[in-house]
Amino acid sequence: MLLIHCPYCEEDRSELEFRWAGEAHIARPENIAAISDEEFAEYFFLRNNEKGLTYERWRHIHGCGRFFNAARDTVSDRFLTTYKAGLPKQVLPETGASEKTVETYEATEGDAR
Amino acid sequence: MSASSNSGAYRIKGAGRLTPARTARFTFDGKSYTALEGDTVASALLAHGVHLLGRSFKYHRPRGILSAGPEEPNALIDVSRDAARRQPNVRATVQEVFDGAKIASQNRWPSLKFDVGAINNLFSPFFAAGFYYKTFMWPREAWVKVYEPFIRRAAGLGVAPTEEDPDHYASRYAHCDVLIAGAGVAGLTAALSAAATGQSVFLVDEQPQVGGALHYDAATTIDGQNGYDWAQRTAAKLRAMPNVTVLTRTTVFGYYNHGFLGLVERVTDHVAKPGKDLPRERLWQVRAKRVVLATGSIERHMVFANNDRPGIMLASAARTFLNHHGVAVGRQVGVYTAHDSAYEAAFDLKRAGVSIAAIVDNRPDPSEALLAEARALGISVLSGHAVTDTGGRLRTSSMTVARNGGGDARKIAVDALIVSAGWTPSVHLFSQSRGKLRFDEANQRFLPDIYAQDCVSIGACNGTDDLAELIGEAIAAGGGSVALSGENRFEWTGGMIGAAEGAGPDTTVKAFVDFQHDVTAKDIRLAVREGMHSIEHIKRFTTNGMASDQGKLSNMHGLAIAAEMLDRPIPKVGLTTFRAPYTPVTYGTLVGHSRGELFDPARKTPMHALETAEGAEFEDVGNWKRAWYYPKRGEDMLAAVNRECRTVREVAGVFNGSTLGKIEVVGPDAAEFLNLLYTNAWGNLKPGKSRYGIMTREDGFVYDDGVVGRLAEDRFHVTTTTGGAPRVLHHMEDYLQTEFPHLRVWLTSTTEQWAVIAVQGPKAREIIEPFVEGVDLSNEAFPHMSVAECSVMGAPARLFRVSFTGELGYEINVPADYGPAVWKAIWERAEPMGACLYGTETMHVLRAEKGYIIVGQDTDGTVTPDDAGLAWAVSSKKPDFVGIRGLKRPDLVREGRKQLVGLLTKDPNVVLEEGGQIVVDPNQPKPMTMLGHVTSAYWSENCGRSIALALVAGGRARMGETLYVPLADRTIEVEVTDMVFFDKQGGRIHG
Amino acid sequence: MRRYSVFAVAREAMRAHKGWEAQWSSPEPRSAYDVIIVGAGGHGLGAAYYLAKEHGITNVAVIEKGWLGGGNTGRNTTIIRSNYLYEESMDIYEHSLKLWEGLSQDLNYNVMYSPRGVMMLSHNTHDMQSFKRHINANRLYGIDNEWLTPEEAKAYVPVLDIAKTARYPINGAALQRRGGTARHDAVAWGYARAASDRGVHIIQNCEVTGIRRGPNGEVLGVETSKGFIGAKKIGVSAAGHSSVVMEMAGVRVPLHSTPLQALVSEPLKPIFPCVVMSNTVHAYISQSDKGELVIGAGTDQYNSYSQTGGLQIITHTLDAICELFPIFRRVKMMRQWGGITDNTPDRSPIQGVTPVPGLFVNCGWGTGGFKATPGSANLFAHLIARGEPHRLAAGLTLDRFRTGRLIDEAAAAAVAH
Repeated sequence: MLLIHCPYCEEDRSELEFRWAGEAHIARPENIAAISDEEFAEYFFLRNNEKGLTYERWRHIHGCGRFFNAARDTVSDRFLTTYKAGLPKQVLPETGASEKTVETYEATEGDAR
Repeated sequence: MSASSNSGAYRIKGAGRLTPARTARFTFDGKSYTALEGDTVASALLAHGVHLLGRSFKYHRPRGILSAGPEEPNALIDVSRDAARRQPNVRATVQEVFDGAKIASQNRWPSLKFDVGAINNLFSPFFAAGFYYKTFMWPREAWVKVYEPFIRRAAGLGVAPTEEDPDHYASRYAHCDVLIAGAGVAGLTAALSAAATGQSVFLVDEQPQVGGALHYDAATTIDGQNGYDWAQRTAAKLRAMPNVTVLTRTTVFGYYNHGFLGLVERVTDHVAKPGKDLPRERLWQVRAKRVVLATGSIERHMVFANNDRPGIMLASAARTFLNHHGVAVGRQVGVYTAHDSAYEAAFDLKRAGVSIAAIVDNRPDPSEALLAEARALGISVLSGHAVTDTGGRLRTSSMTVARNGGGDARKIAVDALIVSAGWTPSVHLFSQSRGKLRFDEANQRFLPDIYAQDCVSIGACNGTDDLAELIGEAIAAGGGSVALSGENRFEWTGGMIGAAEGAGPDTTVKAFVDFQHDVTAKDIRLAVREGMHSIEHIKRFTTNGMASDQGKLSNMHGLAIAAEMLDRPIPKVGLTTFRAPYTPVTYGTLVGHSRGELFDPARKTPMHALETAEGAEFEDVGNWKRAWYYPKRGEDMLAAVNRECRTVREVAGVFNGSTLGKIEVVGPDAAEFLNLLYTNAWGNLKPGKSRYGIMTREDGFVYDDGVVGRLAEDRFHVTTTTGGAPRVLHHMEDYLQTEFPHLRVWLTSTTEQWAVIAVQGPKAREIIEPFVEGVDLSNEAFPHMSVAECSVMGAPARLFRVSFTGELGYEINVPADYGPAVWKAIWERAEPMGACLYGTETMHVLRAEKGYIIVGQDTDGTVTPDDAGLAWAVSSKKPDFVGIRGLKRPDLVREGRKQLVGLLTKDPNVVLEEGGQIVVDPNQPKPMTMLGHVTSAYWSENCGRSIALALVAGGRARMGETLYVPLADRTIEVEVTDMVFFDKQGGRIHG
Repeated sequence: MRRYSVFAVAREAMRAHKGWEAQWSSPEPRSAYDVIIVGAGGHGLGAAYYLAKEHGITNVAVIEKGWLGGGNTGRNTTIIRSNYLYEESMDIYEHSLKLWEGLSQDLNYNVMYSPRGVMMLSHNTHDMQSFKRHINANRLYGIDNEWLTPEEAKAYVPVLDIAKTARYPINGAALQRRGGTARHDAVAWGYARAASDRGVHIIQNCEVTGIRRGPNGEVLGVETSKGFIGAKKIGVSAAGHSSVVMEMAGVRVPLHSTPLQALVSEPLKPIFPCVVMSNTVHAYISQSDKGELVIGAGTDQYNSYSQTGGLQIITHTLDAICELFPIFRRVKMMRQWGGITDNTPDRSPIQGVTPVPGLFVNCGWGTGGFKATPGSANLFAHLIARGEPHRLAAGLTLDRFRTGRLIDEAAAAAVAH
């Protein structure tokens, strides 16, 4: 179970208090009524699904109720930072180390060092 | 006879730490035995000379006790207190004896000593690893009918319980600065060190007492004291500290993300008569800032021919039984080893008066210190030798010894054979934390290398063999400073993994690697020959390491044999992943209190008790219990619903609408916000009026619906479907906080704040009038779709003139606490007037008579407002709303989409089946072309016939068309109609 | 290939099984192939087998970064059924089920397909409406699926608790008798052996790191940890890693990868005769031939490639299992594990052409990929060989997310009122 830092409550709380809310920094097009079918499909359906550093949204649904953003490594599930909604994307270095330090079946099950 | 001889002929006077006077009686396969308090089932039976405890999985070979701990693969037993408290697959080496315990062996018929299944052993040449993939394919049906049932009956060890478990289980959450797993020398020292700094400490050990290896290692002293005594005193000292929690009989079974650990504490399984209020086990879920792993190591067996006979056991186990339980594992004991530790076991046994037949050491040059001690004790050591075979049927009677490479073969009589191939560090929890291992070539073991969490390994699980070094490591891990010194007699070295000399060449010899699954060295070799080159393939093909001990003994041996066959270094072959749990965990413990009413607590409305008193039957809608119908004496559901339906339209009915989702939308931009979230336009809705609204997501499909009342310019009372309230609020918050944060709007869930009492029917006004203050209820002053804040029986109320029945109707919202009183008063007035109470079923019928849809029944997530006949509710003037673009996608505007229509059966007495599929030609071949399905179907007492709603491709263009609904047993002819079956002009609603 | 039979086993038994040959060869890669399939799970290996068997294309390599069958093929709860709602789904899952029925004989490898029945429990009116919608659609489409009363359900699964006082009482069930389970590893191994026998190269421990493209954007081959390997056509069948591989060709697919966990109990003598699923309480369970109760848990809520998940997902699942089967409370969990599922927005798979010439994709099987293995593999082979989808997979295109023609099995089943 993840431990998540809510940037509004400024506390580390259990994942049970939060709801994941998909990829972050996808703005609803201002002129949404006018965009093409392709643009709509991209806005509504296409996601990066990164293996590694990902930017995502969480909501402290059983706490303050606020949506916020997080940067997390999807291989180690480690949070690099969380920050309030509306703030620009926090630029972070790629967490190259994670692949080496954590289990994936091709790592631990394939070969140890 | 003395008490100690009662407790077994192999009990050695003066040995062990148990008290001879404190006995307990138990039965094994019906025979009664006396044990001492503190015995495990294994030690108690060994004390009586009983070694045969079970039969193996595949070949049904007689099996005994291999270990003295949780790694035990063989001695699995069935333990019961009574019929309902029966536990299969319990490790006899862990289960403590309690007075009255009934123990039974498993996987044998008719008896443990004479087991018919043992015939499998004769046919074992056929049952090589993976043989079932190659056969049992003909004839095709025979797999299901013959082979598989046979295999299933043969497989499985214990018998599942057959009664509901009467025990209960507890659950706790905790936080700490440091959690230390394992309370041996390393763990205790780390705990002392950490506790001294004031940190909150959890010290956890799976055994009944702390001490770890000190249970068997009687030669080690700490601070000049006997090691085991030091451990107990240290635990007492730690227990007395306010910042320390010491948990014994508690296993850290899982190490999850972000310092989250699962622990299971065994509370009563060792108690003869547990108090009724005690849980059987307790689940601890602990979030630790830092974890210290002091999990020790596990001794491995030697892999050689017939190494599985009862009486063959790990050297450390024999030493535990002697030094802790005071039990000798035999009178004439052989030793086969590749590691120094077995020598100390032999020395201890010899000193206790047990004859040691010989120490057979696979290594050519054991250390001189050990040899000298052996000589002094008169034990003969055969170095550079191997045990190549054993004899005996239900118990080892001999070992065959030969020089490495052959020669000098001779048979030596033994009644027990203790073995050691060295020690495997317990890196299970480290691996679960997703740390990465490295291979220690010199000592042939995997050790922690790169940590993925805030965690440190100390002691034997970290490959630290030297006691002084271990103590230093533990003090550092604790973060404090403690003065402590330790001494032991011998430095241990050596060890091997893989098949020993005695495993024989690759022939028919059975040298067991995994005992429980009967996996032999030759099975591993066969897997490699068949192309299984990854350790995961080998594991899955042979099932090595997949039994209930999860390979604690077998993994390293299997890996080494595979690596040898593949001629590749061990790390290249890989290691299978260690998965939680470390040892099996009871479902009931993981479930804890979450059972029965607490499994998923039902939501009940404030009027639930009153409805129950009126005889309501309830149905589950989402998490809610809703009154379904109110049968009177002798009525079945249909009769009750028919009466309710008739009464509402003729007189009136009272309905509990409290489960309706309610959201208060407040703020200067509230109307603008609703404009964006609903397809309708809201700006022109005046305070005091309400309107039916449709909500879509961006994809344009109907998401929710409900009536929205405007109470003031800046205040809306929004209602949602019963199941939809939480997700609708979440959806609204998402847009408000992240897409439209400039809007000044606040959202509050008020579902449970308001009790809702609907009164519907021609006499509705007459019924409620005396209770309402502050509103003129006349048609002119308060017409259909009006809303007002007022007072009902003195309680602050919101009154809606609204109808889901097509009748004159009101919905009274009062604060939840007032709900029962208002409900009672209204019903007391309504009943003598001939009105009824009605439930959800009648509500469904009445609304279907009027063609009102239920989102989630008449729509699913693929229906647009237009499909549902609600195009009128989609504003064409708004520049934007959620769904505006999705609605225009090619597939959502194409011809021939499924549209909601009415259906009338040709035979008015036939009620369609909800979910029935609709076709043009019922005689077409399968697969048929289906036009859609019946979404709602009822007997309508008011129409005097059946009615239905359906989604039909191009439905609105098919009015009057005849279609068919083929059911399993008949085909029903239907005509497509509009959706309004009753009061088509709609006059009744205006009263 | 030496055929497997009871006689072959008997012969080998006489000589310590020394005569068995490797089930598949492990060749060094050629410089180029006609077709490269990325991902040696059941779908990828099966596609290679059918390319060789049905389309005569044998110059094929299946490239796998780990060990074959090591992804979701070897990590799932092995449920097989075809009682889906939409025609697009029924087409492919029923095609698959028909192939399952003869797969052991076709591959000469016992995959232990066991049609012991898949029962879905109905707990309320909404479930009943939804299940009957499925049952009627299935029957008219020629797929078996029948409604059982609670008593009939109990007769089929004696350990089921049908008490009306249960928190979620059972008001009936849908049963597909041809549904059941199979041995997951054997499916991967059986396809690998049969494909290898027809000349397909299976290259394990070889990670694809890039997709090389020509001047017109067409695929030229793959960059791998063993160097560049040329290919005229590339089929990506990488399950949870599909996004990662497709990104190498610049193609974004609407997927999100989430952990899905499962667990098994200690082995027990036969007690549970079929597969039982309950969507309302979120649980499904069966008993393996080894005697373990195999239980599927839910997905974690967030994207992850970690193949682990939270303990709370496991406990929640066991809450539900013990509520349905109270006698299992004393049974013990022996092992839990996780896989990575690739989920599409409509929870239906994507199989089709991509904007990149020569690049084909098979992904998005979410939690349902194992049951589809033979059917998906068979139709994916057709797609790669012919360059256009088979009739039975025509609806599974990427384009549906543009047009809105989704195959929303989840939406059709969901949403309480």
